[in-house]
Amino acid sequence: METALALTIGVLVAAAAYLLLARDLPRALLGFVLLGTGANLAILAAGRVGTMAPPLVASGAEALAAGAANPLPQALVLTAIVIGFGLAAFALVLVMRAHAEFGTACAEDMDEAERPDEVPATARPALAPAAARKEAA
Amino acid sequence: MAFPDIALVLPLAIGLVAAALAARLGGHRAAIAGSVAAGLAFLAYVLVSAGAEGGAAPASAFWSVPSLGIAGGLRLDGLSLLLALLITGIGALVLLYAGRYLQGDPRLTRLVVLLLLFMVAMLGAVTADDVITLFVFWELTSIASFFLVGYDHEKAGARKAALQALLVTGGGGLALLAGLILVAMAAGTTSLSGIIAAREAVLAHPAAMPAMLLVVLGCFTKSAQFPFHFWLPNAMAAPTPVSAYLHSATMVKLGVYLLARLSPVYQSEALWQDLLTGAGLLTAATGALLALRENDLKRVLAYTTVTALGTLVLLIGIAPDLSATAAVTFLLVHALYKAALFLVAGILDHETGTRDAAALGGLRHAMPWTAAAAVLAALSMAGLPPFVGFVAKEIVYEAKLATGGAAGVVAGIGFLVNAAMVAVAGLLSWRIFFGPRRPTPRAPHDPPKSMLAGPVLLASLGLLAGAAPGLVGAWLLDDAATAILGRPVEVPLKLWHGFTPVLAMSAATIALGLLILLGWERLMPRLRGVAAMDRFGPSRGYDRALARVIDFAEGTTRAVQHGSLRGYMRTLLLVAALAPLAVLLARGGVDLPESGGLDPRAFAFGLVALGAVATALARSTFAAVMAVGLVGFGTALVFLTHGAPDVALTQFTVEVLLVVILATVLIRLPVKARDIRTPRQRAGDAAVAVALGGSVAMLLLAVLASPFDPRLGEWFGENSVPAGHGRNVVNVILVDFRALDTLGEIAVLAIAAFAVIALLRGAARPLRPGN
Amino acid sequence: MDASLILRVSAPLLLWVPMAVSVYLLIRGHNAPGGGFVGGLVASAGLVFYAISRGQEAALRAMRLPPASWCGIGLLTALGSGLLAWLDPSAGYLTHRWWFPDISVTLPLGTALVFDIGVYLTVIGTITAMVFALVGEETG
Repeated sequence: METALALTIGVLVAAAAYLLLARDLPRALLGFVLLGTGANLAILAAGRVGTMAPPLVASGAEALAAGAANPLPQALVLTAIVIGFGLAAFALVLVMRAHAEFGTACAEDMDEAERPDEVPATARPALAPAAARKEAA
Repeated sequence: MAFPDIALVLPLAIGLVAAALAARLGGHRAAIAGSVAAGLAFLAYVLVSAGAEGGAAPASAFWSVPSLGIAGGLRLDGLSLLLALLITGIGALVLLYAGRYLQGDPRLTRLVVLLLLFMVAMLGAVTADDVITLFVFWELTSIASFFLVGYDHEKAGARKAALQALLVTGGGGLALLAGLILVAMAAGTTSLSGIIAAREAVLAHPAAMPAMLLVVLGCFTKSAQFPFHFWLPNAMAAPTPVSAYLHSATMVKLGVYLLARLSPVYQSEALWQDLLTGAGLLTAATGALLALRENDLKRVLAYTTVTALGTLVLLIGIAPDLSATAAVTFLLVHALYKAALFLVAGILDHETGTRDAAALGGLRHAMPWTAAAAVLAALSMAGLPPFVGFVAKEIVYEAKLATGGAAGVVAGIGFLVNAAMVAVAGLLSWRIFFGPRRPTPRAPHDPPKSMLAGPVLLASLGLLAGAAPGLVGAWLLDDAATAILGRPVEVPLKLWHGFTPVLAMSAATIALGLLILLGWERLMPRLRGVAAMDRFGPSRGYDRALARVIDFAEGTTRAVQHGSLRGYMRTLLLVAALAPLAVLLARGGVDLPESGGLDPRAFAFGLVALGAVATALARSTFAAVMAVGLVGFGTALVFLTHGAPDVALTQFTVEVLLVVILATVLIRLPVKARDIRTPRQRAGDAAVAVALGGSVAMLLLAVLASPFDPRLGEWFGENSVPAGHGRNVVNVILVDFRALDTLGEIAVLAIAAFAVIALLRGAARPLRPGN
Repeated sequence: MDASLILRVSAPLLLWVPMAVSVYLLIRGHNAPGGGFVGGLVASAGLVFYAISRGQEAALRAMRLPPASWCGIGLLTALGSGLLAWLDPSAGYLTHRWWFPDISVTLPLGTALVFDIGVYLTVIGTITAMVFALVGEETG
């Protein structure tokens, strides 16, 4: 089972990476979501898996039974899921804004759209010696 | 705070308060206030030194950082007092002068505030009894110097000079810091007096010599020793009061001060002696030679300052008693006459409109007071009796003649250098104020009293001190020389030594100097014509090194910051893939974990993997979103079947919401639904993706195969009920054991929500202006 | 939004059933699966579906306060729950305090529950703010 879980996470991460490299931002965003899921699963796996018993202390008992799942990775993953959602929503808004701004969802086109009104190289602030060199040239 | 605490901190506090006050007052009144403050600080030091009981140096350790092993504290011994008095005294006169010199300049307030802050930094540096404190104040003086040299920041030349001064002294500062830390480690204390007391330990340390070299390097850059002398003449881009104060009388003496301060530790080391005498001689000779090929008064003075600094370093390098006395005497004398001459140069510039030595002449009738001050200072510089410069020169000659084997060389070069100084002194007094009157851009006349006060007072002090050298010696110089030597010494300052070889040397020096002066008009252009001096100087080396650094930075930026999102992503992912693989390979491959056979729970794994592959290969955005949903539900199922019902429920709910917003938003974006990568790009990306996926899987396998330490999880399991009164351990961790983390996380969530709202609300307005 | 008849009719149920469930999850969370995060998410999901069926205006009316205020109240609640720790000067911030009222129901009352309520409110505020902003932007 552990091996299978590790391989599953590998597949998930590979798919995420493939999407992150896409030229359109919506796909990259989906890759971001998948990567988060992969990370969450990896945390769970690193805390060791196998048991099906949840980390609940039985009524009347003082401590967790020996066979119960490790509670720590669960606590970490639980908040990570919610925060992951928050970040995905934020990223989505950025994609929307970028789209509204540049009329494209493709990162390279945005780069192109930005260049024409870039500050000309001569007016860019530079270190004094560089400026001096240019003046001398 | 006890008496010494208040007494030693008071002058610094006065300076800071005055800086704040000056910023409020502004303009001419700021300068007056600053001048008064500097005068008060001067008085404070006089009173402290008078109030010190039994000759013990007042010391204060009111601050320290024991956790960092920093001793902290201030101390005022003879050497510190000499410098502190020079800093505050000349500071008061320079501030007074600057108020008039730059009257009406809107940046005058800034200049005054900077000068006051510089004064505080200098006082801190020379009274610090702890190398870290010393270093901090040392660097503050470099920063103040940067702003003051770049005063005319609209001029490219001023900016370049400011940066050059900062880079050279700041670079040396780094070396100094390293050296001081090594020395402090060897001594076991950061206290300067402690380091001097632990001389044996400092010298016995394995890194003793590198530490010494680093400290010396730092001092050499600050005090403009060859080959770092080039920044000082360029720093003349600063307004004249700044040049007079920072770049002749005080800041450049800081390197000399620290060398003198550490002299008790190193003076018996042959390397120290050779380094200091060698560099000092070379610097003195370079400065003298270069001074003779300039006609800009300020640059001439700057090079003679280089010469003086070289002489001081040389004197510290020569071990015997006499040289310590000579060093402190010359330090005082030089500060007096050079500041005076700089201020005179400023007056000439201000009143005649030029600082070209060749264009000035016969001004004594037009500006008699200025002429008087210039002549007095120049006579002291030339070392003529009865000026204190003569006393200094005699004793310097004596010290040089007392050098061991190399006495002939040292004294010979010293002779030529001094002759050049005589010539320059003549140039600054005789040529400019006597001789034929030459036309100037403006009709010259004496400046207002506030500008005359500085040069006249400083030059007269030179005469007074020369007439009664013993008085100065007993009051100031004995203690200062004692600090350099590390044992008590009496300064045998006398105006008249009788007919000695030294006197003969003095006479010959003056004769040769006058010869040079007569031939200056022909000599200067000829020296200037030697272009090789410009082409191969260290200044060119600095320019080239700086250009190379900038080229390298530009090249690196182009290579690393190429602006392609895909490129950045590829780099990140590849590193993330290869770094763990490299580690795993270095550890000798991966052990597979003991794995029971597959059970029905593997169905959930299958859903996740299937969904992931489907997302990656989806032809349309809609299909991709659905596939992401599949991954999410599969993941929830994995959590549920692995004893994590809380997490499963969270994942499930989040996934529902995520699919809702993705489906609504993404699908309405008019995007090209298909993946627009070329097949070639896709193949490359797939290779990166597979590498990363494989790397992560192998890393996880390696983790799972390694032994597990369950203590943390068990601790939570055992303490959840007794300490947290909850049976759901996950929840107890979230709201109790790690509640502060959770608080941070919900704060992040709220911030993300506000960011989303803000970005969408702002949608009506364009992000970039002009769009 | 062109909501179906079924959705419209069942809307009140869609709102109040998840709400009740979420509160139940929140309160029992200390001893059984549930808690502030899960409860808050379930409540948010209920509000989002209510908004889909009856419109965002209706959902916002049902919430009484704007989502951002829920965020703020939640954060302040969580922050404030830790202050009571200082009733005992030796305890650190966020050390929870407990009271065991002498009633037959074994329900220990603690500031931990107050903290979890803070989490619950913050999550509701965050998720609804984000979803309403995003979806509302598209549907107008």
